[in-house]
Parts: sequence; C-alpha cells; structure tokens
Amino acid sequence: MFKYKLLTVAFLVVSLAGCASQDVPDPDPTDTTIGSEDGANTDGMDDRGLGDGEAIDYDPSQGELTNVIYFEFDSSELRPEDADVVSRHAMQLANNSGISVRLEGHADERGSREYNIGLSERRAQTVRRMLLIQGASAAQISTVSFGEERPAAFGNDENAWAQNRRVEIKYTD
Amino acid sequence: MRKFLVYICLISTLLTGIAQAELTIEITEGIKRRPIAVVPFGWEGNSQDMPLNVADVISSDLTRSGRFAPIAEDDMLQKPSSGVGLDFDDWSILGVEAVVVGRVTQTGDNAYSVQFQLFDVYGRDQLVGYRMPASRGTMRRVAHRAADMIYEKLTGIKGVFDTKVAYVTAEQQRDGSLYSLVVSDQDGENEHKIMESNDPIMSPAWSPDSRRLAYVSFEGNRSSIFIQTLRTGNRIQVSSKPGINGAPAFSPDGKQLVLTLGGVDGNLDIHVLDVNSRQSRRLTTHRAIDTEGSWSPDGRFIYFTSDRSGGPQIYRVSVAGGTPERVTFEGSYNARPRLSPDGEKLAMVHLDRGNYRIAVMDVERKDLLVLSAGRQDESPSFAPNSDTLIYATRPGRNGVLESVTADGLIRQRLASGQGDVREPVWSPFQRF
Repeated sequence: MFKYKLLTVAFLVVSLAGCASQDVPDPDPTDTTIGSEDGANTDGMDDRGLGDGEAIDYDPSQGELTNVIYFEFDSSELRPEDADVVSRHAMQLANNSGISVRLEGHADERGSREYNIGLSERRAQTVRRMLLIQGASAAQISTVSFGEERPAAFGNDENAWAQNRRVEIKYTD
Repeated sequence: MRKFLVYICLISTLLTGIAQAELTIEITEGIKRRPIAVVPFGWEGNSQDMPLNVADVISSDLTRSGRFAPIAEDDMLQKPSSGVGLDFDDWSILGVEAVVVGRVTQTGDNAYSVQFQLFDVYGRDQLVGYRMPASRGTMRRVAHRAADMIYEKLTGIKGVFDTKVAYVTAEQQRDGSLYSLVVSDQDGENEHKIMESNDPIMSPAWSPDSRRLAYVSFEGNRSSIFIQTLRTGNRIQVSSKPGINGAPAFSPDGKQLVLTLGGVDGNLDIHVLDVNSRQSRRLTTHRAIDTEGSWSPDGRFIYFTSDRSGGPQIYRVSVAGGTPERVTFEGSYNARPRLSPDGEKLAMVHLDRGNYRIAVMDVERKDLLVLSAGRQDESPSFAPNSDTLIYATRPGRNGVLESVTADGLIRQRLASGQGDVREPVWSPFQRF
C-alpha cells in the first residue's frame, strides 16, 4: 500500500521531468588547455566555442522531489530553499485534481507533548497554506499532527531534533 | 475502518488480564526515615502458606513512601500476631517508633479475614486496629488499604498505596513502534495493557470514579478521543472532528470532558464536551495555540496552556466562558497545568535554565518550586492526596517514571524494563 503511493509520486515526478527541456549546451571540451612541460600550468584565453547561447526556463519539476520539509527550532516558517519543493507539490496537486495529500506535522521531543501537537500543526498549516495559494484545492489536503510521538530519528541531541522538526507530504488515493 | 475498531476492542479485551511487573522502584533522594517494624502476619487456614504475604506488601509500601525504614525480620526480638503478646520494651530497645502486627484467617473456600493493629512504642498504645474481609483476588488491595491507614496515622497524610497509575509505552519494533496504554497498581504490580496500537496513543486521563480512561489515539492516521471502561475493555469514540482532537480531561463530576480541537485550519482551542449528549462548546477563540486544559477541583475554572503572549504560559478561564486570565509569569515556558486535588498547588512543565522540569506553584502565594532534576521532564500528575506527583523523565534514550513529594524532599525512580514509558497519570482514590 505504502509502496504503491511512493510509486505514484515517483511516476508523476518522472512524467513531469520528461516535459522539461534537456537542451543545455555542452561545454566546449577544448575550452581549457593545460601545459605542464615546463612545470608551469597555463590557461589559454582562446574564445573559440563562444556562441549566442539560449535562455533556460525555470522548471521546478526537475530533479528528485522530496516529501519532507524541515523546520528550524521553535519555528513554523518555511525555509527559503524549501519554497520550490512546496511549489512543485502544489503544481502536482493543481494539475491532478484526483490526487490528494496528507500533511503530517512533527515536532522535536522538547517540552510538553500536547503543546508540541500544536507546534507541529502550525508547521503542517504553513505547508497547507502554501499549497492552497499555489492552486491546490482544500479538498485535496488533510493534516494530521503527531507532535513528538513519531520521531524520524531517536536521540537527545540537536542532530536528532533537527530531523524530527518536519512536515511529511504523503500522497493518498 | 469499522473492522479495525472492532479488532482494537478485541485486542484490548484480550490484553486485560495479562499481568507482569514492569515497574521497580529505586529511591534516588530522601529525608531521614523513621524506624518501624512490620511483624510477619500470623496465618490460620487450610494451606501451608497464606495466599499473600500481607506484611511484606505493607512493609514495601511504607519503604517506598521514603518516610519509613522497616527493620529486618532477623532483628525482631518477638513476632506477635496481635497486641495481646506485645512487649513494648522489646521494641523500644531497638529504637523502633511503631509496630504493626496482624494475622490472616481463612473463613471459607475463597474467603479470608485480614486484621492488623498499629502500636505507638513510646506511647505504649494502639493507634489503629482494623479487620477486613478479603478474597485471594482482593487481598493485595486489602494490604494496600491497611498500609494507607497506617501511613495516615503516622504522618497525618492520606495514604495512596491503594491507587493505580496509567501510562503509555512505546516499544520500537522492526517496522515502527508499538504503543500501549497500561494500567497498574501504583507499586507497579498488576499491570494490564488495556489498549495496543501501531499508531501513537496519548494523553490518558482518569474519570473521577477511576473506572474509565479517556485517551487520544491516532489509529487510521487521524486523532480521535476515546473513553474506555476498564472492567469491560469496551470503548466509545467521543470526538473525531477534522484536524486535532486532543488533550482530554474529565470534569470533577465526570460528565464533561475538556479537550482541544484544531479544525481544518489548525487553530487549537479549548472546548468542553458533554459526554452523554456529545454536545460541545468552545471556550477559547484566540488564534494562538490553546491546549492542555484541566479543571480546577471545584469545577469552576479551566486551566490551560496558551502561547498568545509569545511562548507557552498558563492561563485560566471560567467554565462559563469569558476572558482568560494569565496565571504564570516566571520564566519563558510554562505548560501542561494540573491542579492538586486540594486546589492549593499548580503543577506544570517549566523551562528551568535550559531544562524542562516539573515545578509547582502555590496558588495563593504564587511562588514556584522546581521539583525535578532532569533535562526533559514532562506530564506531571498529582496523587489524590495532593502530597506526591508522578511524571516522566528521560535520563537516556528511553523515558522512565519518577515520583516526587510536592515539597521536593523525596524523589524516586520507577524503572521500567520495556520501551519508552511516558505520560503517567495517577488515579483518584479507589472505591473499595
């Protein structure tokens, strides 16, 4: 069951990636010459191979799409580098009204358990709002907040805590 | 889904009755302990031995309180089973303050009479004497009840030996964790798993008659609140709204639950649910996290955690509604309020110089006393005598339980052999 869901996601990623432009210009192999006969290395300033080039469109569906978003201590703000990830999930949802996600919010172990449920819900809601703003519909998204009850890493140090402050995006049928 | 629920019910029924001692007690800190003697009880019956070593149970209870040091049987100069043969000089020479004597008499196939007497060695007088009927099944409770009477006579504090504790355990397995809700006697005996799940179980809460437990279960990847009857193992789902259903606590009359609902937008607020009608009403509306509600013993107020001021602090609101009033001001993190049954002390999780610890605040004087010494202590719960609290601490990878007196003087560890133990809640006084 779980494997099946992962496959669904992987398929979507691959199919979307297939639409992307692959025409990135190759670097000219003669671009750099290195001579070592006299013990010194020289770089040529030959500009053969320079051309007009072409623009590359931003395509958020390239690369592997992670399903886990991590958060800083005591924070439910999305880190700037994760904005693209959430955008790509939003795009998948917006383009496929038949699929839906469950956002699972998590917290690290510090502090009181039920309050941590609240902190993890805040994180799940941050991701939910981003998905909604970018075209997913409310009916496609459910949230469940596990607080500190389902750690990804066991341990009592910052390394483990950082892995546990997260939202997992799980695709459901 | 329905099938799954039936399955869980079946499991919980099957599990009830499996008993094994999981908790052992080690005293970590304490005060000067008073020397007493609990003389082995006499036995008159059909078999060689009495069904339960009653004196041993009483002696263990008194030792575990941290206030008494029962002397060894080998040191006793006489072993009378009633006050008739008691020689006070034999005990005062040993420096013993008080002596407990008693006997168990078989009165039928599965019927016994347990009697005990407590004597003040210096006053040369009986302090309390009592005779109680028992069966093989109830004899341990009768022994705890005798210990409660002895403890109250000697300290002026009501004993809590005849009470129970509920807690949650998580055991790591190959594919995830196994979560269990466990009920045991407060000394760790008579352990029963009353519910088991591959999804988290949280926030157990006793009904005031100590016959039911409310708890949160995440089965089916959503949170729901259940109330389970201990005797039968049957349970009812009382809240499973979209979003968070959490932090249940019974009202003093047992008819209502305070709980936290989050809704689809995830704004956690305090609600009060009538258990019979399932009608609920919202008590707080702030967009901050409002959770961990609990009732004042007089039933007039709900104390709760809110981070409306930035970090979590404790507030209270009238059960009738109105504007919440902030209760804690000391420190940047105060959460999970629990009032003592006498209403005089408020226990909480308090951030103490980088460590999450258990603290109690005197409700009148407002001064805060830190009781625990761990890094990650949580879930304080008062014993029904308001004198002692139980809580979870995490000395290593796994959580264990500790108890501490409300003055902070006696602290004990209740070590567990199985998995991560958390969220202990002390039962109310048991009906006999």
